[in-house]
Amino acid sequence: MSIKKTSLNNLHIKYGAKLVEFAGYQMPIQYKDGIIQEHKYTRSHSGIFDVSHMGQLFISGGDDLTNDLEKIFPADLKKLKTNQSKYSFLMNNKGGIQDDLIITKTSDGFLIILNAACKYNDYEVIKSKLDNQYKLNLDDSLSLIALQGPEAKNVLNKVIPGCDSLKFMNGNNYVYKNEKVYITRSGYTGEDGFEISIKHSDAEIFVESLIENGSKLIGLGARDTLRLEAGLCLYGNDLDNDTSPIEANLKWAIPKSRIETEFVGSEVLKNQFQSGVKKLRVGIKPDSKVIARGNTKIYNDKNQEIGKVTSGTFGPSVEHPIAMGYVDNSYSTVNTKIFLEVRGKKIPANICNLPFYKKNYVNGEINV
Amino acid sequence: MGKLMSEVKYSKEHEWIKLDGEEATIGITKHATEMLGDIVFAELPEKGSNVDKDGTAGVVESTKAASDVYTPVSGEVIDTNQMIVDDPSKINEDPEESAWFFKLKIKDKSEMDSLMSKEEYEKFAKETSA
Repeated sequence: MSIKKTSLNNLHIKYGAKLVEFAGYQMPIQYKDGIIQEHKYTRSHSGIFDVSHMGQLFISGGDDLTNDLEKIFPADLKKLKTNQSKYSFLMNNKGGIQDDLIITKTSDGFLIILNAACKYNDYEVIKSKLDNQYKLNLDDSLSLIALQGPEAKNVLNKVIPGCDSLKFMNGNNYVYKNEKVYITRSGYTGEDGFEISIKHSDAEIFVESLIENGSKLIGLGARDTLRLEAGLCLYGNDLDNDTSPIEANLKWAIPKSRIETEFVGSEVLKNQFQSGVKKLRVGIKPDSKVIARGNTKIYNDKNQEIGKVTSGTFGPSVEHPIAMGYVDNSYSTVNTKIFLEVRGKKIPANICNLPFYKKNYVNGEINV
Repeated sequence: MGKLMSEVKYSKEHEWIKLDGEEATIGITKHATEMLGDIVFAELPEKGSNVDKDGTAGVVESTKAASDVYTPVSGEVIDTNQMIVDDPSKINEDPEESAWFFKLKIKDKSEMDSLMSKEEYEKFAKETSA
């Protein structure tokens, strides 16, 4: 299979991107400034992220759609207002996470934003669970661009006036160059921001106008350090088919009203809600400057293995190494002393609260 | 040609080595720092320890990944550069001068012979990164 390019590929090259393959796409890992500068620019000004590799799945048709989707996703879709978004999961029957996603109610159905590496499989799974009754469109005619950071609202408002009135986890239709664009106030960096779904042919000029208004292109490298500082999970690292939302410490994303109802994986989840889980996702802060990467083994003070790191890096804004991982539930309390095995040495570390970096979202919804 | 000019050579693992009598100063090349990106962590060998040619003698980490630092020759570690441990970003700023990694009392001068000259290294770096 040949490697795919997004509509911003020429722009990435123009701005000096180092390109890598990610989920079948040629994507920028960083630009000329490098990961740390890009990370800090997003936190202090605003950053533009090409997330066009992610899936934009539109589902419409039929009065029972909301009911039928609630049989799949553990979200309260009946309560969702038009243009409102919720974070949710596609699970398997064992309660493991097949993908984490954002569902938005649109005027004629739902839009689901899927991870790039999972989108084709998600499409097949959702389609078969819906018994082919509805219209599903994994729309590959649209680019997806995220604008994140404290200045995101001012920058975007200059290019598409009016979008600064959007509330967090809400979306709406806007017009850009006489074409419809769909904008949601959301993101994955711990900053205020927007995601803009736009026709491929308008994407490049749109991004150039964001740059003219003071924003900069940011690569996947900084996207990873930003999301990790914000305590957000990366599917494939921190979430997978063998991990449930409860184990992932994401039970806030499953509304109480859905716990007793049926959806894919509901039996396992109900059980875990009642009896607890064996492992739990936690934040980890090493005492020293040593970085513990994914797959680093975690030990207790008796030298017994108690878990594994799933993501780890240096946090440019917190100026310290940070990590997330899974530990035996009895070691998940904040300030528990643990040890990370890095290059044969046991490095002392502490379980700590997430996020590492305090979020800066706008008002609108507390329940992200 | 100045008689006093010290000899600088380069390894395939992207280290530079500058020899002054029996004392060698070792660091990583500018090309290496450009491939690594922003360096956020450095670990150096212990003073007084012995290191063997092509063996691991330290670690550098960028935000993305960890990489071993090898020693191009054998010897005893007589000094390490605490500055780069305290502020690893100095390695990106000045890799081939002030941000050296460690100094060795070398064992065998002939180990220098297999290393590359500046011109050879530049050609090698260009070919391998293409």
